[in-house]
Amino acid sequence: MPIKLNVNSMAASVDVPLEMPLLWVLRDILNLKGSKYGCGIGLCGACTVLVGGRAVRSCMTKVGDIGGQPVTTIEGLSPDGLHPIQVAWEALDVPQCGYCQAGQIMTASALLAHTPHPTDADIDAAMSGNLCRCGTYTRIRQAIHEAAEAGAATRHA
Amino acid sequence: MRMNRRSFLQLTALAGGGFALDLYRSPLSAAQGAGAPPDLTPQAFIHIASDGAITIMARASESGQGMRNMLPMLIAEELDVDWKDVRVEQADLNEKIYGRQFSGGSHNTPQGWEPMRRVGAAGRQLLITAASQTWSVPGDECTTQSGRVLHAASGRSTGYGELAAKAAALPAPALGSVKLKDPKDYRIIGHSQPGVDTPSIVTGKPLFGIDVEVPGMQYAAIEKAPVFAGKVKSANVEMIKTLPGVRHVLVIDGGITPAGYTPWEPGMEPGIAIVADTWWQAQQARKQLKVDWDLGPAIAQNTEGFRKRAEELLQAPPANTLRKYGDVDAALKASAKVVEATYQYPFIAHVTLEPQGATAHWKDGKLEMWSTSTLPGNGLSLVAKTLGIEESDITTHMVRSGGSFGRRLQNDYLVEAAWIAKRIDAPIKLLWSREDDIAHDPFRPGGMVGLKGGLDAQGKLTAWRHHFVTYGDEKNATSGGGIGQDTYPAGFPPAYALYISKQPLMLRTGALRAPGDNAYCWVAQSFLDELAVAAGRDPLDFQLELLGNKQSPWSSSDHDAVGDHEPSGQEVLIPERFKGVLELVAEKSGWAKRNKETGRGMGIAAWFCHLGYFAEVADVSVDAQNKVTVHHVWAAGDVGSQIINPAAAESMAQGGVMEGLSHMAQEITLADGKIQQSNFHNHPLMRMRQTPKIEVFWRKTEYAPTGLGEPTLPPILPAVTNAIFAATGKRIRTLPLKQSGFGWA
Repeated sequence: MPIKLNVNSMAASVDVPLEMPLLWVLRDILNLKGSKYGCGIGLCGACTVLVGGRAVRSCMTKVGDIGGQPVTTIEGLSPDGLHPIQVAWEALDVPQCGYCQAGQIMTASALLAHTPHPTDADIDAAMSGNLCRCGTYTRIRQAIHEAAEAGAATRHA
Repeated sequence: MRMNRRSFLQLTALAGGGFALDLYRSPLSAAQGAGAPPDLTPQAFIHIASDGAITIMARASESGQGMRNMLPMLIAEELDVDWKDVRVEQADLNEKIYGRQFSGGSHNTPQGWEPMRRVGAAGRQLLITAASQTWSVPGDECTTQSGRVLHAASGRSTGYGELAAKAAALPAPALGSVKLKDPKDYRIIGHSQPGVDTPSIVTGKPLFGIDVEVPGMQYAAIEKAPVFAGKVKSANVEMIKTLPGVRHVLVIDGGITPAGYTPWEPGMEPGIAIVADTWWQAQQARKQLKVDWDLGPAIAQNTEGFRKRAEELLQAPPANTLRKYGDVDAALKASAKVVEATYQYPFIAHVTLEPQGATAHWKDGKLEMWSTSTLPGNGLSLVAKTLGIEESDITTHMVRSGGSFGRRLQNDYLVEAAWIAKRIDAPIKLLWSREDDIAHDPFRPGGMVGLKGGLDAQGKLTAWRHHFVTYGDEKNATSGGGIGQDTYPAGFPPAYALYISKQPLMLRTGALRAPGDNAYCWVAQSFLDELAVAAGRDPLDFQLELLGNKQSPWSSSDHDAVGDHEPSGQEVLIPERFKGVLELVAEKSGWAKRNKETGRGMGIAAWFCHLGYFAEVADVSVDAQNKVTVHHVWAAGDVGSQIINPAAAESMAQGGVMEGLSHMAQEITLADGKIQQSNFHNHPLMRMRQTPKIEVFWRKTEYAPTGLGEPTLPPILPAVTNAIFAATGKRIRTLPLKQSGFGWA
């Protein structure tokens, strides 16, 4: 029986086993390639998406467990690629290889949604589960602070 | 006999059917090497549409070092266009028109600096010629600006687009004849240009090898033996074929013969390929595989056995002498003080965040491949040879990868994908799991080094005896496990000997970012620190003094960027440059006025490799449980006269520091031939909360620009362990940190 999903505000129906990880449904059934496979067991964060607004590891999340909760991937973070985090990431040219960055951005977006002005300690706590093999953490931290400021500016505009 | 790891790489790459892998040769010598380089033409690299749209082809593979920016920026600068008007397109593999298309050994900058600028300047010259012919004015009266040709005398100007068709039909000027800009006129070089793929990355567009989608594609996973090169005796192949989504199950016999020396690209590893409708289904089916393996001779390998054998070799007379001058034993005997130490470091894996994989499609006798290789020309020849097809029947698309760090110089995954594709009637995408990626990595080989250093009564270095125990057979050191004859500090101590002994290894090894240097720097710079302490000297002063006393000429006739061969030029260690970065980092870090307190300390180290010089200082604290926090790192680099893309260069240097820190906690161990590590929990990377403040400073010198992917990395390891010594009085001589009783906080 097909599984109904709400991905990036679009209804989708997939005919896959309930235990298929969300990551592979997104990538290979729905052709949303932005979320990445890095470890398969929730250690690296490259597959991070939002489920009901929470940052989750889609490689460890069974598609049958999603229910009606909305799923947001990097492709759906903003309609135009202009989420303050995306803007800051681009302005600071955060990526090197870029492979982890979708996961970093999704984790950061959940952080800012709940903590609009994170301290360095908040960033350490929220972001330390997302590995960057190239070591771009310095720029990621900077970009989160910039996005927080830009977000505040937008809200007060 | 040459035991130099660079010549080894070259020879084995040739033996594998590819062209010479002169990763580490100087630009000049590479140009003179086997196989003349093609004549580059501006038409190959620059495409200007009639509406003025400018496309520049990126020839090198991109795995995060910024090659899609750096090389096109050189062309755009001399073409005299605005960077915002340039669209960069990745070239397919075609070394006949693009020249060499590999990324490794930090070589793209030195190899591309002059030719790519000349390609751009030749393109500009063609447009000027087209304009001067159109206007019937002398070419030397024309100038260019932001994609237009101008003729000041007549007040005429026209856009490149209007001249493009005419220019493309003109004969290209000889690259050597074109005039290059004065660096003070640069508007692109030396100005930060964000990554051309960054907008796609932050919006999740398909971009990487793993994202390639070909209509009708199937997905492959490969189960390999838990022991290197173990072969399939039998397996429940027929049962696996019945599982959901499974289309094909193929037994790979493989081409590897396990022996004490494993060459570069040794052949396919045996295994069982499962092809299914989705990769998840292939992986699910894999769980039900029952394979009877013939594990072969590599089952006898154990980390403990390697260590014991290395210790025996260290006690025995060395097998070979790589470099010797002065009478080192007599000098040690005559020294007022002798310091003796044994250093050891482990095998480690590359762990690119995107695991290995490739996509291939065999159709009507032709093969199309989507490759993340950083040595794609070698991949092409290997695939042709393995499949028994002509290279001319293969198209290679070069796809961005999620990191290489030397891993993708080898093409094993590409050959596997092509091999499977040729046997089925659909395009296939092969993907390794993280566990596959670690177990079948071409590891950075471990090593053990016995050192003796002598000091005279004034605390000056008198002698340095270096016995390196590595892996290989009589003839060859394993890839990544050889050492250059003039590796620092060779040439500086008054008496010096570099010996090498080897033990057999049945494992694939390879180049990991700053190959060799990522370990040798730690050993040499730690031991220098030990000697300075024993001499009661400041380690910076001690090393500066050593650098001021060149004793012996470079010995090697071979090419080796670690610092040997020709008696002059950029390929040898230039003491003034080495000293220059040490002095700069000392100044920036406040080295002379550093605090000396229990539990907190600073360490300093420097290195020369891949034509670049880096010195780094680490400020470290160590708690009562020996947990180490790195607070602050200062890095000073000298990679010549120009930092081509400054923001990217800074990021690359910070990344080199982070990677070096990651190496310090990693190890690959073997038990009964099996790799004991499997994922990031037991082969860790540094995390956000462990990231120090990292400041990067450049020392600009008169030398032509060189690369910095690699030289940024090595000094951080000894900078940190020397800082741990300053903080605790404990000398770390064994890595990873936990083998010395330490760990990251």
